[in-house]
Amino acid sequence: MRKVFVAATMALLAVTGISGAAQAAGGGDVRLEKQEWSFAGVFGHYDKASMQRGFQVYREVCAGCHSLEYVAFRNLADLGYNEAEIKAIAAEYEVQDGPDEDGEMFMRPARPADRFPSPYANDNQARANNNGALPPDLSLIAKARAYGPDYLYSLLTGYVEAPSSVSVPEGMYYNDAYSGHMIAMPQPIYGDDVTYADGAPTSAQAISADVTHFLMWAAEPKLETRKRIGVAAVFFLSIFLIMSYLAKRRVWADVH
Amino acid sequence: MSAAKFSNPVVRWIDHRLPVFSMLDHTAHEYPTPKNLNYMWNFGSLAGLSLVIMIVTGIVLAMSYTAHVDYAFGSVERIMRDVNHGWLIRYIHMNTASFFFIVVYLHIFRGLYYGSYKAPRELLWILGVVIFLLMMATAFMGYVLPWGQMSFWGATVITNLFSAIPVVGESIVTFLWGGFSVDNPTLNRFFSLHYLMPFVIAGVVVLHIVALHRFGSNNPIGIDTKGPQDTISFHPYYTIKDIVGVALFLLLLAVAVFFYPNAMGHPDNYIPANPMQTPAHIVPEWYFLPFYAILRAVPDKLGGVLLMFGAIGVLFILPWLDRSPVRSARFRPLFRIFFWLLVVDAVALGYLGGKPAEGSYVVMARIATAWYFLHFLVILPALSIFENTKPLPKSISEPVLATTGEAV
Repeated sequence: MRKVFVAATMALLAVTGISGAAQAAGGGDVRLEKQEWSFAGVFGHYDKASMQRGFQVYREVCAGCHSLEYVAFRNLADLGYNEAEIKAIAAEYEVQDGPDEDGEMFMRPARPADRFPSPYANDNQARANNNGALPPDLSLIAKARAYGPDYLYSLLTGYVEAPSSVSVPEGMYYNDAYSGHMIAMPQPIYGDDVTYADGAPTSAQAISADVTHFLMWAAEPKLETRKRIGVAAVFFLSIFLIMSYLAKRRVWADVH
Repeated sequence: MSAAKFSNPVVRWIDHRLPVFSMLDHTAHEYPTPKNLNYMWNFGSLAGLSLVIMIVTGIVLAMSYTAHVDYAFGSVERIMRDVNHGWLIRYIHMNTASFFFIVVYLHIFRGLYYGSYKAPRELLWILGVVIFLLMMATAFMGYVLPWGQMSFWGATVITNLFSAIPVVGESIVTFLWGGFSVDNPTLNRFFSLHYLMPFVIAGVVVLHIVALHRFGSNNPIGIDTKGPQDTISFHPYYTIKDIVGVALFLLLLAVAVFFYPNAMGHPDNYIPANPMQTPAHIVPEWYFLPFYAILRAVPDKLGGVLLMFGAIGVLFILPWLDRSPVRSARFRPLFRIFFWLLVVDAVALGYLGGKPAEGSYVVMARIATAWYFLHFLVILPALSIFENTKPLPKSISEPVLATTGEAV
């Protein structure tokens, strides 16, 4: 009986897991290219160099249309920047502050405590500048899509010639990783879009991987701490499980 | 109440005036527990632990959460990014909610298999079903609080169910919303109730335990204990056995929290709620999927709502549907087959609830729904009349002794 129950429990967990994954995958014939990410797995960690390159891509390619609402300049310390560098990066941006003593709002250079300013004043302005489509905020995008990082990578490298049977409407683009294949975002990355200071490759694939790495960090900045604590917690609890089971055996030895 | 049994004079003094130590002593030492309980009896203590974890993490989360449509999503992100170990507290809260349901489902199916709902434990069972209902309401409202896309649209779909009630339905929905759509008043009242309900659950849990202690635990053989040779004290035997369960539970929970924290959630809930944009598939949390499948299996809205609530309703009257005097499935060969069919049926309903309501999925969901009710309303009453049960052992110690001797 006990064995059957355990087996049934496992089956139940497996089925719910599979159905969850299946429902997450959603619309049928999209391409999803699995990548080897350094942050995947039990001992996963971020690659600082890749994140810095990805941040550069965000600034030079994505930030024209996409906001990064929940990330503050001070968070860039995770990417390996020191305080002076973060101050310098922040100072390149202008944010609104105020009111001052005359009751006027004013613009000032951003400080590390500020968050990344949005490229648009509001959603309507964003739509008006993008053919009616709203470019989503990118701070959580890597968690807000099923198979987040692989999906982002596939999407960025997914602009292909539309099949002859498909007619692409004006202002739309064909992407084989996007649900329904018609996406309002024009192809953002072609390869050699940026020049990396560290001389890393700038193929479309490499740039897409770097910016995905950065966006994963933006969505889940505590991932490294989480996994590090997780390894210790699982180790401790495994010992606890073994000890408690042995203690149980000892206590029950005299029960017949 | 003999206060003299405690050697410590302070304990004796307190116990004479407030017999808490006598109560503890009674629970730990005098309260007789069948000695043949297997690990399926661990899920009660694990459900209690889950409730405690939920309340503790929930209180901490509430300190940094803002129940307002414009700030709720941002305040959750603030918890995830800026509150010290906020990400840990929130991931524990999210994942323990799922684990709570896993544990309670196993607890319920344990009761179904061993006939724990039968006389004299009917009220114990019914109180358990009440806790289950309260849990579902609490979990549903909790899922709305982060104010993501699934929060908003899940709340819209589920509250809209009440509009199926004839005549007063629309008014009830307006009353629940506190307006004419799911909006700020809805979020505020859901937060208020989400904070209240766990304490209501805790109250019913106390009643559940009082009812349990009236006749003690059922056991895998399902026959009453006949005397001291059949029982052992709760402490240390079942305290240590419960701790083994706790260790395994915490280990699995840690794996989920630290390595797969979002696996049981929906990615759409990391998109802020947008009343102008409906997600492609609105799905509730996984633990509601079997009931969601039943709801959608019926072409008529009111019928679907009635059957969905009826699926829990039959559990309330289960003690009077299954009239077989034999409790444990071990001695009911036919019942045992139907029990496993019900397990398969429930898992199938869960699977179908996560699929779009179209094509063969609908047909399968209808068959599975029909089987669910057939099981409780027809098969169980019929089995109580026609099933030939196996002979019961004379006492608990008899088969236990037999298995520890030569091979049986």
